[in-house]
Formats: sequence, C-alpha cells, structure tokens
Amino acid sequence: MKEIFEILEQNARATPEQISTMVDKPVSEVEKMIRQAEKDGTILKYKTIINWPKLGEGDIWALIEVRVTPQRDVGFDAIAERIYQFPEVYSAYLVSGTCDLAILVKGKNMQEISSFVTEKLAPLERVQSTVTHFLLKRYKENGETFHLPREINKRLPITP
Amino acid sequence: MLNTKSAPTQARDNLISQKVDSLPPSGIRKFFDLLSSVEDVISLGIGEPDFVTPWHIREAGTYSLEKGYTMYTSNSGMLELRQELASYLQLRYRVSYHPEHEILITAGSSEGLDLALRAIINLGDEVIIPDPCYVAYPADVILAGGVPILVPTNEENNFVVRATDIEARITKQTKAILIGYPANPTGAVMSQKEADAIAGLAKKHDLLVISDEIYARLVYGAEHICFPSLPGMKERTILISGFSKSHAMTGWRIGYVAAERRFIQALAKIHQYTMLSAPTMAQMAAIEALRNGESEVEKMVQEYNRRRRLMVKRLNEIGLPCFEPKGAFYAFPSIKATGMNSEEFAEKLLLEEKVAVVPGTAVGPCGEGFVRCCYATSLSNIEEALRRMDRFIRKSRLRSE
Ligand SMILES: Cc1ncc(COP(=O)(O)O)c(C=O)c1O
Repeated sequence: MKEIFEILEQNARATPEQISTMVDKPVSEVEKMIRQAEKDGTILKYKTIINWPKLGEGDIWALIEVRVTPQRDVGFDAIAERIYQFPEVYSAYLVSGTCDLAILVKGKNMQEISSFVTEKLAPLERVQSTVTHFLLKRYKENGETFHLPREINKRLPITP
Repeated sequence: MLNTKSAPTQARDNLISQKVDSLPPSGIRKFFDLLSSVEDVISLGIGEPDFVTPWHIREAGTYSLEKGYTMYTSNSGMLELRQELASYLQLRYRVSYHPEHEILITAGSSEGLDLALRAIINLGDEVIIPDPCYVAYPADVILAGGVPILVPTNEENNFVVRATDIEARITKQTKAILIGYPANPTGAVMSQKEADAIAGLAKKHDLLVISDEIYARLVYGAEHICFPSLPGMKERTILISGFSKSHAMTGWRIGYVAAERRFIQALAKIHQYTMLSAPTMAQMAAIEALRNGESEVEKMVQEYNRRRRLMVKRLNEIGLPCFEPKGAFYAFPSIKATGMNSEEFAEKLLLEEKVAVVPGTAVGPCGEGFVRCCYATSLSNIEEALRRMDRFIRKSRLRSE
C-alpha cells in the first residue's frame, strides 16, 4: 500500500479517516499500516516545511564536498558517521564523482560554518580535503518550490 | 445547454442571424455573471483540470517557439503528430486509423465536434443526444442546422442512454447519435453491454455515431470503451478527442478527430477554410505529450481518484445521495431531499456559503434535482466546500421545519 505513504509524504496531517476514503480501504487497516510503518522505521518522522526566510530568519547553509580515506572493513560508513553526528550537519550522502561525501551544513552565520569546517571537519584524521559551497539562494527543496506565490488561480470561476 | 426556461423575450435583432439570435444563452453563462459578484468563492464549478500542463510538455511548447515553429502546419496537422496518434489509438484501444487519411488535428475537441456536425447534417436532420449532457452538444447541432433530440437518462440507468430509449425517438430524419462517455456532467461511463446495444442500434437503423471521448483517460476502476473499436463501428463512428483533460492542456486548444477517410475529407474541407490548422506550438507539445506523458497522466488520474472518493463519500454523508461516477471529474449528487430546485440550491449555496456548483438544469432538463460538483480542485478545497455545504443543508432543513 505504497499509496498511503505517498499521501502522507504530501500531507503529514492527513488523518487515517481521510486516507481510508482516498485509497478505499477500511480505517482500521490504514491505522494498522501506519502504526506498523512508524514502528519499523518506514515512517521516520512527521515534519513541517517552513519557509524561514519569510519570517526574516536567515540561517546560512553550505554544501560541503568531503574527500576521505575509507577504512578497512567498514568502508566509508565509520567516517561518515563521525561526520554526520555533528548537529551542524543537516544531510549527509555518500556520492560518486570527485568527492566521497556530500554534506549539507546549517549555521547561524558564515563564521559558524567556517569554524565547523576548520575546527571540526577538516582536522578529522580521515578527511583529506573539503570544498565548501555557500548556498546563495534556494529555488526548490524536497519537491517544493520557494519564491513562487503558492497558488495563482488562473482558472475562470466556472467553465462548462 | 440551452436554457429552455428562460428563452429570450426581447425583440429580435434583425442584424443577427435568426439562428444565432434565437439560441438561448448558456445556463452556465448566467451563473457565471452571478458568481462574479461574490468574493472568496470555492468553486466546484470549473470543468477543467486544476493541474498546470506537465512541465516537459510546456517545455516542448517553449522549445518549438525558440526553434521558430511559428507558421501554419499542413491543414490536417503535423504528420508526426498524426502518426503518434495512430499508434496510440492502435496500442491503447486496438483500433487502426491511417495517419495520413483518417486523422485530423483540430483546435480543441470543440472544433472537431463542430466540424463533425456541420459535415454530416442537412437542414432539419435530427441528432440524438443524451440528457443531461455537455452544454455545447445541442447548441452545436442547432448551429449546424440540425435538430437536437434529447433522450432522458437518470440514476436508474446510471445516466447512460439506453438503446431502447434512443430507438423510441428514431425518425426518418434521424442522422446520428452524439454520445460522450465518460460524461460531463454526470461522470457516467458506458459498460460493454450498453455500448454494444447502442452499436447494434446504429447498425440496425444505419446511423452515424459521434463519440466525444475527451475524458477517455479519466476512468476509475472501469475500462474505457473506445466506441469505434466495437465490431463494425469504425466505419460509422466519428471519434472526437483531445488533450485538454488527459494532459491538462485546456488553454492550448488542441484536439483531434479520427474517422474513415470519407468523413475526414469532409471535415477537413470545412477545417481548411475556417481554421487552416491547429496551433503549431500546441501540436509540438502534443507530440511530446504522447511520447513521454504517460506517467504524468497516471499521476493525475490517481490524484483525481483520491479526490473523487473523498467527494462522493462526503456528499453521501451530508445527505446529498450521489451515484458513483466512474469517469471524468464530476460528481452529480441529487439535491431533491432539500426540497429546493437545482437553480435555487446553487444560487442560495453561492450567496450563503460561497460555494459554486453548476445547477443541473444548466446541462439539460433531466438535470433538475441535481447539481454538478467538479472535483478537479485541491483536497483541502473539497473538504472545505463540503463542510460549507453540510452547514448549508442543515440550516435550510431547520428553516423549512
Ligand atoms: C464533454 C466535453 N467535450 C468537449 C470539451 C471541450 O474540450 P476541448 O478543450 O478539447 O475543446 C469539454 C470541455 O469541457 C467537455 O466537457
């Protein structure tokens, strides 16, 4: 029942009753599936996407490419964990290409991010090098676009 | 639909043709004017997708402009598009049309419908149309010089016109049957049995069938029956369709007609003098839609289906019984229990609760006692609209007690 998760991914507040109607399955079954998914980690968490800049809150973000030395037996996982445990790290990925890890870091200002890189990240034993890209503007995140009026109703109010 | 009740009473304007002058204004139009005077309305009256055309299709349209495709195409439309359509119809519905001789690209299915009627009707010929129906059907027949013959349909026959009811109205003047399933305004779809019966009748009385299948892709748990794919029907069916509903492309004005060569030739004769060719940019976008649009269509259909279930369930819950619509994006609940007629219901609902629905009478006399609610709008709009309708019904029940 992938559809239940697709609906929840679009709208975390959809109730089991609403979902049950939309997918035409009994409420009890939907509730059971959701409970199960919450337990087994299919559903990790329910979150809200906030357009912070709209509130004048400007966190600084940086995308950092990290080259590391993999470790016998555990490959990249051990060093990746050492890095992603830092609360500054918002997302972390193992990637193909010219670097090994790509991480998204959040800070109150540029200073905070640069001290994270110079004092915490770069000194790590297995980190060979880093390239830091500060984010200048966000256009789209998690499938949602920023900077666009959310819905411009261009349709006529009634059509045949 | 022609608003027979409020036929114009003012004096005739001699500068306007009699035919046009006496054509009553659309019942939907009238409602439109009332609607414009109310603010913050949630409209369930919009008969078009709320999705924007999928990006890859828009991108193809933009690209065609950048490349300088700004001229007329051949009258029949770009051959590439006709080829794509031929293989689409073959693959999906197992009906084969020759891309060069049996397909015509039109400016929306609306143009196709007009062409088909004008190409076959002699003055006074009768065209059989289910009631209620899409507002343009009777008007288009009249404009083509024909006489629309409405055949009532109702909930008992799932709003699908019965062959026996059609047969009772066949005269020497009957030329064609005009059907459109999945249906606007009821959401009805035709079953195999119902389709076979109409096909049998068309053969028996040597009638043409004009089949408007603009909603073919929007079916839910039902198989769409492509009328010309029925045995012996290709030679007597003019298939009208387009991209407006399936690919959310209403504003592009792009559609097509598929039929045997003799019909396409006749339609193309009118088309070449009145339209020349369908919009070039839209034709390029339609090619992209057919080549790579399938997953987007499926996504939209799935979303419509969720909204459909929500709307139908809520309508039934608040006391507006609604038969299950298996196609298009309309629900057609009965409002008889409220004691109001359709127009009264729609008008009061709009003024008191700011929800717009289309009164059934705007789509045919048999629409009395029903309203059309379109679920091509966001889930939150549907929920809010139904909350307001619930309140409206409770209030009016209290008033009448
Ligand atoms: C039944 C039916 N046929 C045809 C059309 C017109 O579609 P197009 O945009 O292809 O002209 C509509 C539009 O509402 C419709 O509901």
